Amino acid sequence: MSGAGCGKEYGKFVKKSVPFFGWGVLCGLWVTLKNFITSYFRKPDEGGIFTVQYPEECLPDFEASRNFPFLVYDETPEKPRCVACGICERECPVKCIHVLMAKDENGKPLRRPAAFDIDYSLCMNCGNCEEVCPFNSIFMDHEHKIAAYDRKDLMRPMQKLLKSNSYFHSIRPRDAEAIDRAIKEAAEKKKAAVPAKPAPSPEAPKS
Amino acid sequence: MVSLFREKTQRADGQVLEINFGPQHPSTHGVFRLHTLVDGETIREVKPVMGYLHRNQEQISENLTYTGFIGFTDRMDYINAIPNNFSFVLAAEKLAGIEVPERADHIRIIMAELARIVNHMAVVGFLLNDLGAAFTPLLYAFRERELILDIFEDLTGSRMMCNYFRIGGVKSDLSEQHLATIKKMAARLPKFLDEFETLLTNNEILCMRCQNTGILSPETAVNSGITGPALRASGVNYDIRKTDRYSLYGRFDFKVPLGKTGDVYDRYYVRILEIRESLNILRQAVAALPRGEFINKKTAAFIRSPRNFKPPVGEAYARTESPKGELGFYILSDGTPQPWRCHARAPSLINLSALETMCVGQKIADMMIILGSIDIVLGETDR
Repeated sequence: MSGAGCGKEYGKFVKKSVPFFGWGVLCGLWVTLKNFITSYFRKPDEGGIFTVQYPEECLPDFEASRNFPFLVYDETPEKPRCVACGICERECPVKCIHVLMAKDENGKPLRRPAAFDIDYSLCMNCGNCEEVCPFNSIFMDHEHKIAAYDRKDLMRPMQKLLKSNSYFHSIRPRDAEAIDRAIKEAAEKKKAAVPAKPAPSPEAPKS
Repeated sequence: MVSLFREKTQRADGQVLEINFGPQHPSTHGVFRLHTLVDGETIREVKPVMGYLHRNQEQISENLTYTGFIGFTDRMDYINAIPNNFSFVLAAEKLAGIEVPERADHIRIIMAELARIVNHMAVVGFLLNDLGAAFTPLLYAFRERELILDIFEDLTGSRMMCNYFRIGGVKSDLSEQHLATIKKMAARLPKFLDEFETLLTNNEILCMRCQNTGILSPETAVNSGITGPALRASGVNYDIRKTDRYSLYGRFDFKVPLGKTGDVYDRYYVRILEIRESLNILRQAVAALPRGEFINKKTAAFIRSPRNFKPPVGEAYARTESPKGELGFYILSDGTPQPWRCHARAPSLINLSALETMCVGQKIADMMIILGSIDIVLGETDR
């Protein structure tokens, strides 16, 4: 039996020679035996098992983890943050989002969605919709138990997609707080800018 | 069915048997067929038949923005998504002449090396599975892989389909907490590797099965365009991290493990050594991680509005040392937000070209471990 091929140009990790034929197998068996025994009483960090009995117990979610998108509303589901701009629809790589702007009798757009459907069976969980949304209204959910018997059940209409801001806070507290702060700041800026508008601004003159 | 070997089977003396390995065979690592001609137990010819997992990704890229396509590159080599992101993003940056901040480069290297460790562990585990050492080595490897995937999920949001790199940097910053986890992982892995090597490297059964099986000579390897650990196991010193020094790889000190005979055993051992070297790079990158931006300020806006990223008319090819070999993306731009053409040079596909050379003359039971040792993933082969 020839020695290990590697190591000629790589002095540090040359394979050690074995005392007798069968030594390697015995060493391997020792490793498996050690793992078998220690798995019963060691902690996960020290070589114990960290398997979780899944349906009964679940690991906590990471805050950043993403599954499928949902829509956020602030007070009531009738007033979603979404203004139906359609950017997520355009940027979705798999085209699973469908948005329809609501219009009044005169055909004037109302800046809220009349319909907002996401086909979960198409969605590839990339999170691009969350990144491109300028109104902080679409986010990735942590919910993963969405198995259904029928493909139609994976078509999510707006009623099913809308979830409250407090739910968003419960799954992603850090992101939700940052976004709430950003929205508040933007609103204050807007408020500060409104009274200045009617009066002619002093630094405006441009020749 | 029309036989690929019609002439030979007709000419044969009755001992030649035509066997279809796959497409639904657990050892083919996906939907992949090996059209094999055996004489007794000896392999006469092997014809890989692929395309069962073809998803038209290169065409899809022509209808997507550059940022939108990054998510699709994850799905090419689904065992390790991050090196695919890396290659595509490098090509797009080369096309548009975008510079990457140092911190972003360090984060990229940390993530790419973690992905390399994940990939090599999975490959070694699956190779042992193919050998018949059912599941023990694989699960030992997957135990550690799980911890690395946790780091991925914590940072990027997804365990496997990370979609993490962006043009000009990365999507989100690496926090102190992530760094602490990565450091802990880098301290834990050498111990695991020692244990893993005690389990495998000296094992006589593994040695007898793998040594002098599926020998790939350096000449054949170079002529068939094989790259990655499979090439280095044949003794050819060619690592794109060393030759191109893309990103910041020029700054880090690491060795390139080389094999001697180019058999299955060398391909296994080169990977184990590469994990150790990856850990070396990882430790250096974590220590050297500078403060600063994690994405170029000019390109950060492209995350919000991917359609504003319009690289100038031209072409670019960028390649990286993915764990499977040279992964390159060739992008042709016509000045619109979508690539006009995007081609991926997939190492899995090209490494398959020498499969027949390695297999002919071997026993049919060895074919699976030869296939397992060149490390293919069908998502990348068929794209």
